[in-house]
Amino acid sequence: MLRFIANRMFAMVIMTLVLSFVCFFIIQLPPGDVMTAYAAQLAAAGDSSSADTIARMRAAYGLDEPFLTQYFIWLKSLLSGNLGYSFTLQRPVSEIVSSRIGISLAVELLAIVVLWGIAIPVGIYSAVRRYSVGDMFATVFGFIGIAVPNFLLALLIMYIIYLYTGTAVDGLFSAEYVQARWSLAKLWDFFTHVWIPVIVIATGGAAQIIRILRANLLDELNKPYVVTARAKGMSERRLIMRYPVRVAMIPLVATVGWVLPTVISSSIVTAIVLNLPTLSPILLRSLLTQDMYLAGALILFMGLLTLIGTLVSDLLLAWIDPRIRTGMTDG
Amino acid sequence: MDTQPVDNILEVRNLRVGFGINKTIVDVVRDVSFDLRRGETLCVVGESGSGKSVTARALMRIARPGRITGGSILLRNPRGDTLDIAALDDESEQMRAVRGDRIGMVFQEPMSSLSPVHTIGAQIIETILLHRDMTQTEARAQAIEALRRVQIPNPETAIDKYSFEFSGGMRQRAMIAMALSCEPEILIADEPTTALDVTTQAEILRLIKRLQRDLGMSVIFITHDMGVVAEIADRVAVMYHGELLEIGPVKQVFHEPKAPYSRHLIGASNKFTITGDHARGGTLPGLDPGVMLDVRNLDLTFRKSTGVLFRKVQEFHALKDVSLKLRDGENLGIVGESGSGKTTLVRALVGLIPADSGQAIYRSKDGRDFDLLQKGALRKAGLNREIRMVFQDPFSSLNPRMTVEQVIAEPLYLEGKRSKAEIRAKVISLLDRVGLPKNVLSRYPHAFSGGQRQRISIARALSVDPRLIIADEATSALDGSIRSQILDLMFELQTELGLSYIFVGHDLGVVRYFCDRIAVMHKGVLVEVGTAAEICQNPSKDYTRSLIAAVPGTDPDHRRLLTA
Repeated sequence: MLRFIANRMFAMVIMTLVLSFVCFFIIQLPPGDVMTAYAAQLAAAGDSSSADTIARMRAAYGLDEPFLTQYFIWLKSLLSGNLGYSFTLQRPVSEIVSSRIGISLAVELLAIVVLWGIAIPVGIYSAVRRYSVGDMFATVFGFIGIAVPNFLLALLIMYIIYLYTGTAVDGLFSAEYVQARWSLAKLWDFFTHVWIPVIVIATGGAAQIIRILRANLLDELNKPYVVTARAKGMSERRLIMRYPVRVAMIPLVATVGWVLPTVISSSIVTAIVLNLPTLSPILLRSLLTQDMYLAGALILFMGLLTLIGTLVSDLLLAWIDPRIRTGMTDG
Repeated sequence: MDTQPVDNILEVRNLRVGFGINKTIVDVVRDVSFDLRRGETLCVVGESGSGKSVTARALMRIARPGRITGGSILLRNPRGDTLDIAALDDESEQMRAVRGDRIGMVFQEPMSSLSPVHTIGAQIIETILLHRDMTQTEARAQAIEALRRVQIPNPETAIDKYSFEFSGGMRQRAMIAMALSCEPEILIADEPTTALDVTTQAEILRLIKRLQRDLGMSVIFITHDMGVVAEIADRVAVMYHGELLEIGPVKQVFHEPKAPYSRHLIGASNKFTITGDHARGGTLPGLDPGVMLDVRNLDLTFRKSTGVLFRKVQEFHALKDVSLKLRDGENLGIVGESGSGKTTLVRALVGLIPADSGQAIYRSKDGRDFDLLQKGALRKAGLNREIRMVFQDPFSSLNPRMTVEQVIAEPLYLEGKRSKAEIRAKVISLLDRVGLPKNVLSRYPHAFSGGQRQRISIARALSVDPRLIIADEATSALDGSIRSQILDLMFELQTELGLSYIFVGHDLGVVRYFCDRIAVMHKGVLVEVGTAAEICQNPSKDYTRSLIAAVPGTDPDHRRLLTA
């Protein structure tokens, strides 16, 4: 097992380097650069800075160097812990990221917990009581969850709350707490706000997981080992949880790897609609303005999350499935 | 009818089991009545679909989605109290207390019948804790005892292993240990040896017999192999289409069968004796025919390597210096246990697995020599039209999304020589040749039984007029009577088309019936080759002798496996 982890760590270092190159390549892909976007912005605001100024700034930031040189400069500063500077927000990237990363992860992890917390029991119920009223209900809920766009759901909830309470909900804190330091009162305020984005983000994902778990479990329910367990005289509820559910969870656990990055990128619109101070809106904005160092850092961060997530999911898989464990120690 | 009714542990009367199909209930077991006596072995025989498994499962109330629609199942304890299992609810506490404690069950496929994600021990301990008031430690000790009873070596360490770490025979032993962990009064064994090699089968049969004696159990043994019945049964029940045709002492059923169907079953199994007179395999033709295929020093090792930084390579030497010849027009049988390399050998010959060294010189129709072990040899020289394969599993070797016509015509289209109309005519004539009507052309494989599917597979192999057919366990998945029909079809095609066969099998009786010469393989080594009669009646190697000794006989008066 240790050998497996060591092998995997080594592979991860190489993958991260490859990833950084791909990130940089992607953000350089659209024509123009941050200065073109900046100039366009200035022109739109009526400020006709001369092309000369733009060119001077471009030279100052090293934007007219060849692609590879730029990449290596960026990589070098990354390795020394410097994430670069955001042109549009006029702050160091590390400052922007660190101000939002805590809240962002809190919201997203909470959403994932709620998502799995709903999806797993409902999925199991749906499979075991197939074609029952409950299963039909879960199926309908599932398709609505998949079909309704998240932002629409967010708008709907905001509208309903406004209708009944007369207050507009947005953000994660009430106005008086936004700048305040953390306290119990602020935490409580956070929870009164956070459930809306959590529910909105969780619905779409939960529906998918319910469908996947239902299909997996239906395949497992008629396997001979379930009949064997039944022949032992075990109660139905216990044997289903102990045997087929554990096996049916294996493909789901394999998706743990990319669940966090998926939630971050899929919650962009929700975050904008609800005005959440998370990383998602920043990511969109940096991509639109070609704010390359900020976008690069965020994409690289999501890539890293995927790599770590995959390692975690592999270790989880090894934990629940001994066949995989043996494959790892043998191979 | 019974003279000693007190001695019965189980009395089944007019049992009916139905399955709901489109809102109507169809009974698949109809009015089955029998008694099970204390300490006896009752064998239930019949082909697949005869309702024997459903009946057995109904006794334990695990037949779902099937339901008991009528009749009674009385379970007696030694004091004479009875419990009507048929009147209980599937899920009731009373029924759960019977399952696993008073009646234990062993299934056919030990791999899929054990949980892949729990240790053997966890699964046995769980059974014990369900029925006995014990601590975890006590249950563990009893589980180790249960494993020792089924002769699993080092039970103290084996208890923490997973099912996939065991061989097939060991898995079935673990399964038996689990079923017997609470020392039940009745053991129901549903085809427990069908998926095993003959040698392992013989061990498991002996084990069940011994445990039965030690624990004083009654055994209901379900099988379609009449040889096994002849070896172990006290009484036999014959089932056909959901009904019990006859039940009686084993000698009576074998020597004076009442139902014509019983006679048919026994007749089909007598065909495959290893000692009797057979049309083939006695002597070789006087004139030495040409050699079609000459395999010389074939060597093959499987390698698997993993890891980036710390590489690790695992090797398995699957074929060790194998040499053998196939003559024109002969049937060569390759027998051995699973893992002996017999399938690997034929797959290497058709280029499915690359060999490491050696040659396989094949002389084609037009008299040229090719080495089949060269990469892509079959395709390059167009030999894949002369050499065709038929596989074991008729269910998974046909594409479920292609019609019969598409399946059979595909090799002809690939050949690209004939027009559509010609191909269609050829497909129809092939179907006729393998005994299928031409109205099946547009049907899909799922509409056919196992035997019919194997006929389709054979038609596909014949479509390009081959000379050599390699049949890899082609009849292993079929019931006895269907098996003999398929083998006879293969004989007919041989005389008609001048084919040669390489027939891979683990059932010596079948191989003896079908082949002229037999090659015996063991752990990647070719042990011996000889005429079928010579190998079966006068083997020269110990391994061959042990293989033959494990084959069940066909006469309950002369039991081969269970002496004493």
